[in-house]
Amino acid sequence: MTNPPWRRPLALAGLAVIGAWAVIAIFAPLIAPDNPLAQKFTILAGPSGAHWFGTDELGRDVFSRVLSGARITLPLAVILIIAAMGIGAIIGGVAGFFGGWVDNIAMRVADLVFAFPGIILALAVAAALGPQLRNAVIAVVVVSWPSYARLVRSLVLSARSAQYVVASRLLGASGLRVLFTDIRPNAAGPVLVLAALDIGNAVLLLSGLSFLGLGAQPPTAEWGAMVAEGTQNFNDWWVGMFPGLAILTVVLAFNFIGDALRDMLDPRTARAVRNI
Amino acid sequence: MDELLRVEHLSVALPTRSGYHKAVDDLSFGVDAGEIMGIAGESGSGKTITALSLFGLLPPGARVTGSIRLDGTDLTALSGKQLRDVRGRQIAMVSQDPATALHPILPVGTQLTEHMRHHLGIDKTEARSRAAGLLKTVRIPDPERALRAYPGQFSGGMRQRIAIAVALAAEPRLLVADEPTTALDVTVQAGILRLLDRLCRERGMAVIVITHDLGVMSATASRLAVMYSGRLAEAGPTSELLTRPRHPYTRGLLDALPHPEAGPGMGTAPLVPIGGSPPSLGRVPDGCPFHPRCPYAEATCATARPEPVPVAAGHLLACPPDPLRVSA
Repeated sequence: MTNPPWRRPLALAGLAVIGAWAVIAIFAPLIAPDNPLAQKFTILAGPSGAHWFGTDELGRDVFSRVLSGARITLPLAVILIIAAMGIGAIIGGVAGFFGGWVDNIAMRVADLVFAFPGIILALAVAAALGPQLRNAVIAVVVVSWPSYARLVRSLVLSARSAQYVVASRLLGASGLRVLFTDIRPNAAGPVLVLAALDIGNAVLLLSGLSFLGLGAQPPTAEWGAMVAEGTQNFNDWWVGMFPGLAILTVVLAFNFIGDALRDMLDPRTARAVRNI
Repeated sequence: MDELLRVEHLSVALPTRSGYHKAVDDLSFGVDAGEIMGIAGESGSGKTITALSLFGLLPPGARVTGSIRLDGTDLTALSGKQLRDVRGRQIAMVSQDPATALHPILPVGTQLTEHMRHHLGIDKTEARSRAAGLLKTVRIPDPERALRAYPGQFSGGMRQRIAIAVALAAEPRLLVADEPTTALDVTVQAGILRLLDRLCRERGMAVIVITHDLGVMSATASRLAVMYSGRLAEAGPTSELLTRPRHPYTRGLLDALPHPEAGPGMGTAPLVPIGGSPPSLGRVPDGCPFHPRCPYAEATCATARPEPVPVAAGHLLACPPDPLRVSA
């Protein structure tokens, strides 16, 4: 390897930021100076020694709320990406391997989802299911799985006719067995890269839904919902800016990690990008 | 010896844009246990389709008639599940190109033990030790280390040995080797052929070697079948076929081979190519498919389809004019 991970400053920064947020998410109740839901301070007080990020319109400590927001956003983003990855990989794998009408139906449904801008479809799904954090997660999964399905399908299509897959069938492996033992390892790398790149997107979508009132409901300390509160109190910049910065750092860090992963796992793209 | 495989009147029709065309046409042959049989012919003569039909893994839409009996069981009548139990366990295949026949990102050990465990129902440790034994059998040095290595870490000849070990893992009774030496250089070829020969003798396993290279056959196969355009042209003991070919096509294949072993002077005889090219699927001429290219063709060859008939003990010939008749 000419460019090991420790020589990639952006990847390192990304890892450090995500690592920090993970620690915060785990230990938030211990680190946070106050209860994120307690309405006991002066309302809309600016950042100070006592309240680093100030207080919001209900007199809650914004710093504590931002910290505990990590406990909601990070685990949910990871769970929903795993769900989208699993659903998409299974649908794409089956579609690519068996072809025919299975492939046609699966890919037309994927096209249908692709035809909408992600946030619009997620909005519609979340609105139809009712404003609730759980439904927002489902909505994001609904808009995220097709990219995995397409990726896995294309990988399966190219691997399906490979000699070693034919050889495996000649030795008595069934279709599903071939799919899981011979083709799955080929798909794992690219799918993980897509997931790492996509997780920032998922955070953004989830916060977006909460921002629009379709995700987390008050008084939950969720970053998107907190930014929404900030827009109600525009002159008191600290209410919206700190949760916004939290979203920004998490999304950016995940993207850095995804980029680095892609470069490491797929030397061809890395070279192609460098040659541009 | 007991006959292990009996193929009777096998025809395989493949779908093309202009309808179904026979890639294999009324082919019959048998293989004894412990015997190496060769199937020779140019590209497109139906060798590989014949092999794939033994496994029931023809391209989608292919129509098969005739019977393929392995120890009395008709393989063409088996269900998908039953066929999967036959594949690998009873008959196994070694494919042409060792560079692509092994999974590039799975360790050799996994590929060796995977279907061995499936077919034989043995646990991981036992499979592992059997796999090491197999690698030893095919003469891979340091088997324990080879099990953990990836295919990319081996040379072409080694990979072909590993591919043979993979095919042998579930102890099949019939091994089909489709052009096992085509992608290898000559010295490595000889090693692979000796290996096949040894396995055949030690395990009493039958081997079908498919090739276009008659030179490969001369040292290994005891019997040889020459196919042309999906049909049997000539079949018989290898030594007889190679020294006294009766079919003009067999003769043509031999004349097209260099004979460096014949010594100085004799080796300088010019190579004689067979004029023309083999008919493509769907444009097979009436009568004998070889007649447009045959220097001995007679008027009847263009109309009457020659059937293989015995001309000597164990020697079948599908050429009624028999222009190369050996005078007794």
